[in-house]
Amino acid sequence: MQSNYNVLIIGGGPGGAMAGKAVVDAGLSCCIIEKRPAIGAPVRCAEGVGHEISELVDLDPKWISSKINGAQLVAPDGQILELNPEMAGNEVGYVLDRKIFDRELVWKAANAGCDVFVKSRASSAIIKNGKVCGAIIETGGKTLEVHADVVIAADGVESKFARWCGIDTTVPVAEIETCVQYLMTNLDIDPGLNSFYLGREVAPEGYVWIFSKGERTANVGIGISGKMCRDGKRPKDYLDAFIAEHLPNGKIIELIVGGVSACKPLECTVADGLIIVGDAARLSDPITGGGIINAMYTGKLAGEVAAECIASGDCSKKALMKYDVAWRDSKMGRGLKRNYQVKEIFIKLKDEKLNSIVNSVNKLDMEIFDTKYLIRELVKYNPWLLKDIGTLRRLLD
Amino acid sequence: MIKVFKMLIIKREVCGYCGACVSVCPEGALELVDAYLTVDPETCIECGICSKICPLGALEVKNAE
Ligand SMILES: Cc1cc2nc3c(=O)[nH]c(=O)nc-3n(C[C@H](O)[C@H](O)[C@H](O)COP(=O)(O)OP(=O)(O)OC[C@H]3O[C@@H](n4cnc5c(N)ncnc54)[C@H](O)[C@@H]3O)c2cc1C
Ligand code: SF4
Ligand code: SF4
Repeated sequence: MQSNYNVLIIGGGPGGAMAGKAVVDAGLSCCIIEKRPAIGAPVRCAEGVGHEISELVDLDPKWISSKINGAQLVAPDGQILELNPEMAGNEVGYVLDRKIFDRELVWKAANAGCDVFVKSRASSAIIKNGKVCGAIIETGGKTLEVHADVVIAADGVESKFARWCGIDTTVPVAEIETCVQYLMTNLDIDPGLNSFYLGREVAPEGYVWIFSKGERTANVGIGISGKMCRDGKRPKDYLDAFIAEHLPNGKIIELIVGGVSACKPLECTVADGLIIVGDAARLSDPITGGGIINAMYTGKLAGEVAAECIASGDCSKKALMKYDVAWRDSKMGRGLKRNYQVKEIFIKLKDEKLNSIVNSVNKLDMEIFDTKYLIRELVKYNPWLLKDIGTLRRLLD
Repeated sequence: MIKVFKMLIIKREVCGYCGACVSVCPEGALELVDAYLTVDPETCIECGICSKICPLGALEVKNAE
């Protein structure tokens, strides 16, 4: 490990890996620090992504566990809403194999010239005159000082690095989705279909998912709001009850736990010498919890902006703001903002209202499916939606 | 007056080292060292937020002996 790099990246997830590749592609020196002994393991994810991932990286078949061409939403009363592929082209998305995928993204960065160190942990930030200048790294029993022009915090849901730089990254209790998932086999499922189950009894302020991992195998998991979680009512309790009812013959071959933030993004995702990306910046989708693509997109953008700022000799907060402005203004940034408002509406809904919504969506003409049409029709059948929320009215404009 | 000391207990045989608790701790008292969760007793205010949201129930705020 050198004691000086142009860019130091904390965390070797999809965000860190994409950032590392972007920095070295711009001709600068870069190092990724990952505290775990292996990239991508243990998995903390249901591994579902939309087809738009191919805009960020050339997909390799060996990363893909399953191609998804449809999804179904199961309402509290058991009604099924089919989300059909005709609406979204042939492939709606993929279920990845993140043990392979995460590792290959880091591999790409390494092959392009980025240094990578595993079982190496940042334990604090080096700050001089208010500017982030590097990190203290614990590796193999040694403590090293590593300096950099820009540090990219890609340290995931824990997000401690930004906190050491004085930025409050605490996720509110009501806005952490607390999750448990099993990788299960011996299941009678359609390998091209992902399912979502809603309802207070099933998963309060969250959902149960079954994401296909191929023939007879799936990620079966649950996320519930931290607010609803307590002894006897933890996500594991709900998931075990769900499995006993719906998948009694399934066999569990892996246990996965984790937290996903469903809060607003950090108010500002840069500081002097610092850029924050992916989960560390609280950029997972407040409705679905999906954050892989958002981490990849912001990681890449952060790497590019860092390289530009280093080339121009100005890594101040003001110069790095270009990153913050760009992602907020992107399709992703606007989507996060809208979905946060929609989430705020949906978590308050009682089961009967959810049933009634699914019932009315089932009457819709899916040929002309778009968000505005959907909301307008929903309001037609469920006028109380407007009473509950002025927000929906704004979403119609 | 007797002051009751509280402390956060980590049940290591239950913990799945996922870091969810780290993200909600308002004091930044928790730290995940690879697969080993640590709490800084100097910083922890025993608020119980982490133990509330743990997916597996691996944390508990207890009265110290
Ligand atoms: C149960 C669950 C299901 C999910 N399902 C989906 C899904 O289906 N689809 C989807 O898109 N998203 C899903 N997500 C979210 C997704 O996993 C994250 O959004 C994504 O991994 C974020 O990438 P990242 O690079 O920001 O962070 P991460 O992938 O979390 O990577 C951060 C890395 O930083 C390392 N690190 C942390 N601190 C330090 C330190 N101090 N020093 C060195 N290294 C450090 C960590 O070990 C980790 O490897 C799910 C999450 C959970 C918990
Ligand atoms: S949330 Fe629970 S399982 Fe996850 S690291 Fe904290 S104590 Fe361990
Ligand atoms: S009890 Fe409160 S202060 Fe202590 S570690 Fe848990 S969340 Fe942090």
